[in-house]
Amino acid sequence: MTFSTDLGLAIPELVLAISAMTLLVWGAFAPKMTFAIGAAAVGVLVVAAVAAATGPLGRGFAGGLISDDASAFAKVAIYLASAVCVPLGQRWFERRGVNNFEFPVLILLAALGMGMMASAGDLISLYVGVELHSLALYVLAAMHRDNARASEAGLKYFVLGALSSGLLLYGASLVYGFAGSTVFTEIAAVVAAQGVHTGVLFGLVFLICGLGFKVSAAPFHMWTPDVYEGAPTPVVAFFAAAPKLAAMVLFARVLAEGFGHAVPQWQQVIMALALISIAVGAFAGLAQQNLKRLWAYSSIANVGYALLGLAAGTAEGVQSMLIFMVLYMIDVTGFFACLAALSRQGKPMETIDDMAGLFKEQPGLALAMTAFSLSALGLPPFSGFWAKFFVFKAALNSGLTWAAVLGLVGSVVAAFYYLRLIKVMWFDGSTGATDKLPLEARFIALAMAVFSFPLVLGALHWIYPAAGRAAHAFGLA
Amino acid sequence: MSLLSLITYAPLIGVVAILVLRLFGKAEDAGTINTAKWIALITTLATLALSVLLVVQFNPGDASFQFVEEAPWFAGISYRMGVDGISVLFVLLTAFLMPICIAASWTSITKRVLEYLIAFLILECLVIGVFCALDIVLFYIFFEFGLVPMFLIIGIWGGARRVYAAFKFFLYTLLGSVLMLAAILAMIGISHTSSIPELMVYKFDPAVQTWLWLAFFASFAVKMPMWPVHTWLPDAHVEAPTAGSVILAGILLKMGGYGFMRFSLPMFPQASEQFTPLVFALSAIAIVYTSLVAFRQTDIKKLIAYSSVAHMGFVTMGIFSGNATGEQGAIFQMLSHGVISGALFLCVGVVYDRMHTREIAFYGGLVTRMPWYAATFMLFTMGNVGLPGTSGFVGEILTMTGTYGVSTWTAFIATTGVILSAVYALNLYRSVIFGALTNPKLDGITDLDWREVAIFAPLIASTLVLGVSPGFVFNLTQSSVDHLVAVYQAAIGG
Repeated sequence: MTFSTDLGLAIPELVLAISAMTLLVWGAFAPKMTFAIGAAAVGVLVVAAVAAATGPLGRGFAGGLISDDASAFAKVAIYLASAVCVPLGQRWFERRGVNNFEFPVLILLAALGMGMMASAGDLISLYVGVELHSLALYVLAAMHRDNARASEAGLKYFVLGALSSGLLLYGASLVYGFAGSTVFTEIAAVVAAQGVHTGVLFGLVFLICGLGFKVSAAPFHMWTPDVYEGAPTPVVAFFAAAPKLAAMVLFARVLAEGFGHAVPQWQQVIMALALISIAVGAFAGLAQQNLKRLWAYSSIANVGYALLGLAAGTAEGVQSMLIFMVLYMIDVTGFFACLAALSRQGKPMETIDDMAGLFKEQPGLALAMTAFSLSALGLPPFSGFWAKFFVFKAALNSGLTWAAVLGLVGSVVAAFYYLRLIKVMWFDGSTGATDKLPLEARFIALAMAVFSFPLVLGALHWIYPAAGRAAHAFGLA
Repeated sequence: MSLLSLITYAPLIGVVAILVLRLFGKAEDAGTINTAKWIALITTLATLALSVLLVVQFNPGDASFQFVEEAPWFAGISYRMGVDGISVLFVLLTAFLMPICIAASWTSITKRVLEYLIAFLILECLVIGVFCALDIVLFYIFFEFGLVPMFLIIGIWGGARRVYAAFKFFLYTLLGSVLMLAAILAMIGISHTSSIPELMVYKFDPAVQTWLWLAFFASFAVKMPMWPVHTWLPDAHVEAPTAGSVILAGILLKMGGYGFMRFSLPMFPQASEQFTPLVFALSAIAIVYTSLVAFRQTDIKKLIAYSSVAHMGFVTMGIFSGNATGEQGAIFQMLSHGVISGALFLCVGVVYDRMHTREIAFYGGLVTRMPWYAATFMLFTMGNVGLPGTSGFVGEILTMTGTYGVSTWTAFIATTGVILSAVYALNLYRSVIFGALTNPKLDGITDLDWREVAIFAPLIASTLVLGVSPGFVFNLTQSSVDHLVAVYQAAIGG
């Protein structure tokens, strides 16, 4: 491989990196042109998505960067999800008097990091990708800097994120020390030839813990509710969606490509993480009043379902996980867009009781939130049902019968809080008029809801085979 | 578009029309509401006309699925629709009860009328879809999503404890359904097909069948409902608005019985045989126990709800008798109960609309003020008891005859249920209709108006027609039932 072909594989990254720098400089000289910078960022993300979808496939930079069907699939989803959050967040900050041109730039940098996570081929690019996107996210969480809770959220996120990065590094160094290479395929060759050395296994467990933090799987979920509650709502819409997908793809990459010969060694661990996450998400969610906290627990449970697909240890399982994450991303972005849109006399509506009688006030948005709730509940024909459908199918096919049944029962427990939200919106009387909805948040919320049903039925025609091709790129059976 | 899809989605045309109406008018405007009601009524009547057309065109001699539509979807799932002798009449029953429900809600629903009508139309689409779906995933979609409109109907337009009842209804049914979903996924994994006709001929390993059967049983037993998982039903009925109760008792419960006949029996014959004693025991308990419970009720609706559970006991008994007589009886009992229990809930609705209470003790002596109502209520009470000449008799006698040869004791216990049903039903009738008119509030109560007469007329006619000449039903169901029984008996080596 020559350097120029290597660079060809990294076109999306190059586009994002150069644009981010350029926009940063532009912003420094013309800080008032936030709208133009935001629009440019959206354009850059779309270009990067097209480049990722159509770019050459292969491995470059000595195995450090992979461009395959899996990375292309993940990048398209990540870049587009990031693009949606640019107008959502920028207008939200604008209305609160924080008119920062840094917001779109940070989104670009986070997207760059997440793209690298999806393309990581060795432990070094893994770490660089994770850190790049994490640092951007810490800043985004604390961006609303006059708000004490946002600052607190950013700090909490940073401290726990640093801990998880430490775990990740420690695991990576153990794996490197005992396997003798940082490249996943070479680690796999060592594992295949010599079996799983205890040191490698230790490293693997630390890697899983570190990545568990990033996807907020229980028992590494403690930061999630606090950060979701404190961070600005559109920022939550951003980091509840794309980073989760990136981390899950990275998870699959490490486990399938690096440790594909040691499936029994990690299958049980992932399954335990999945079931604990489902249980924590379902039961702890019952006690929540704040919708952002509630959706944090919901996201913990949903990551549990995605991990259940991964635990299947088959290509079908990875495929189901990818479908799950993409459909989940759309739901969660839509839900937080609803929350970002809603306010009453200037006060954001964040608790379940705030939603009382929403159907009478805002029928469109209430319908959208109902769709997201039912989808998260896993009710057909909404997208969340199809997400769970493929995950449980994969889990059952690979013999994880009890795990699948427990997961399904967990979804019934969680059904209670989704129903409570629907009940409040539909059955209860209104407690006062809501403010006029901002255009962009309403549009995003409704578009996502329409995707959740009925567009998903058509979109799966495309997503299902694409995720299938992506899953086969990981090399599992 | 083919006929089955047209029937299934026809109600949605009404939904779109109402939404368009909403866009151009105010939701609270009397004119808008009236137009919306007429739109809903006409849509449901058109659906009924199409269903009649379906039954007329249906070839009774053919045991296989008819009017089949098939289009590939994704992931090996197809959009498959079709009806056979077992399902075709349920489509008709649904389409028959829906216009009655709309008409029954004409004056009693006063808040959020547009949403109410939309919920009913969507529910009709979903229920018809359940009976027409020939792909197990498609079936599950229709089956499961039906919970949402019903949840809203109970929760928004229900009585005082509506939230409790709606949650109980939803969560009970959901728990059963997710177990069924696990079984569906396992079946697709094993057989690599999601087509119901193909699954019906696929031979599952008997050891696997046991688990699959139990998972499906969890869902359908809750839906039926069978003792001891019936407790959601009385709550749901009491809190639901009248039309909601009619749909619940008239159609939604039948999805459980239909499920047993469509899935449990043909797909898991060995397991079905193995679990027949369990089903018989639960059915017998349901018949006797819930009849006794019904006798002690002070709320008219609750009494009828419990009586529904008892009558569904006859259905499960007949289905698992595994012979043609029992199956025919079960189908007939479901159809007849759909009409009669629906009518009984409407009878309750008539007095509830006037007096806003369902306490039995509140009423008494209504015959002096409402002679026509008394006569109507009498007919349906007799149908509920199973008096010969009404449709209720045919179903009960056939299910008991069918069971007698398989399990004499079960049939024997079930016959006591017939007596007990007479005890509670006649007691109810006596307390409400006869006796002296002692409650002064009842002095001004008025008899049935023309709208109510129009609602009851088709129900009275069908109860009597089905009771006197049940032949046309058997004519339609015969070949499919014979085929089902033949395959079942061959599979269990009987």
